Amino acid sequence: MATRRSLLASLLALTAGITALGVATDGFQAFTTETARRIDVRERPRALPDARLETADGHLVNLSHWQGRWVLVEFIYTRCPASCSKQGIEFAHLHDRLVGPIARGGVALLSISFDPTYDTPERLAGYQLRSGDRGGSWIAARPVGAASLAALKDAFGVIAIPDGQGGFVHNAAIAVVNPEGRLVAIVDWDMPQAAVALVTESDGP
Amino acid sequence: MTLQMLMQIPLLTLAGWLIAPRISSRAAAVVARWNDGGVPGLLLASLTGLLWMLPRMMDSSVQDPGMALAKFSSVPLLIGMPLALSWPRAGFVVRGVLLLEVTATAFRLGWLYLAAPERLCASYLLSDQQRLGGCLLAVGMGISLGLVWKLMWGRFKVDPVGV
Repeated sequence: MATRRSLLASLLALTAGITALGVATDGFQAFTTETARRIDVRERPRALPDARLETADGHLVNLSHWQGRWVLVEFIYTRCPASCSKQGIEFAHLHDRLVGPIARGGVALLSISFDPTYDTPERLAGYQLRSGDRGGSWIAARPVGAASLAALKDAFGVIAIPDGQGGFVHNAAIAVVNPEGRLVAIVDWDMPQAAVALVTESDGP
Repeated sequence: MTLQMLMQIPLLTLAGWLIAPRISSRAAAVVARWNDGGVPGLLLASLTGLLWMLPRMMDSSVQDPGMALAKFSSVPLLIGMPLALSWPRAGFVVRGVLLLEVTATAFRLGWLYLAAPERLCASYLLSDQQRLGGCLLAVGMGISLGLVWKLMWGRFKVDPVGV
């Protein structure tokens, strides 16, 4: 009798444990926070806060300003050394590849700083220049106020931690926002083809 | 990351282990009736441990206060206590299987964390992940050496208590 009861208890523990693991990994798909973020965004496109931003040329705009076109968003901090300068150059390349859709007003590129106290408009402009920006429609901006920053980080799932040398390590990626203003995909920052495909597919040739 | 996995979680487990003898003898008797050979308890502890070792769960227990609370209560109650109530009842084979699995997990995860070129946790640095990898390999080695010592010079009670 004791053995049978314990067998039942074992089965219960096993079922509960495996169920919990399944729930915690979105059905054994997402073992890391980054994968979970991407799956969640893909399956449940997120509404975004209408955060206030200050652009590199000093204008104040809201995130909803770009509604009606696709927006590719990356989060940056301009002090970042090697790896992020690659991220910036990659974004400048992305700009080159999307010149057509951007010119037609179908697509916008937006870099948002998560370090707004240091990243003044001048420094944002310097970052764009260093990354090989050809001028024009790639927008770099910083959130105005701590609430805007927090809301943006929360909505996009941005996690930045101090790297112990005065900088940050962050989950860099390209976030794709659709014309309705919803976050629909997150792709690797160094594989922008996926973002280009998403955007051009619906924009037409 | 190293501190969470090799200090915080083990200490919370220890807390649960120390609470276990304080439960009433009636409750202990009920648990014992459902815990033949300690197998259900050890299963519960292993699966809960597995859950909190997921990189995603380690992240969310740092980022989300609700998840932190869940960890701080479930590790003592669902790992430490069941371990304390089940280990003494577990037989030679069950203990062996559990120790083997713990050792293998330490080596597997250690190697993974040491070799992975990318961060698996968004809340921790790559250097921390690699340090954890090294430490886990050391833990695996430690358990293995302990087992070798026990096999060579230790004493075994082959028959479990309470059968």
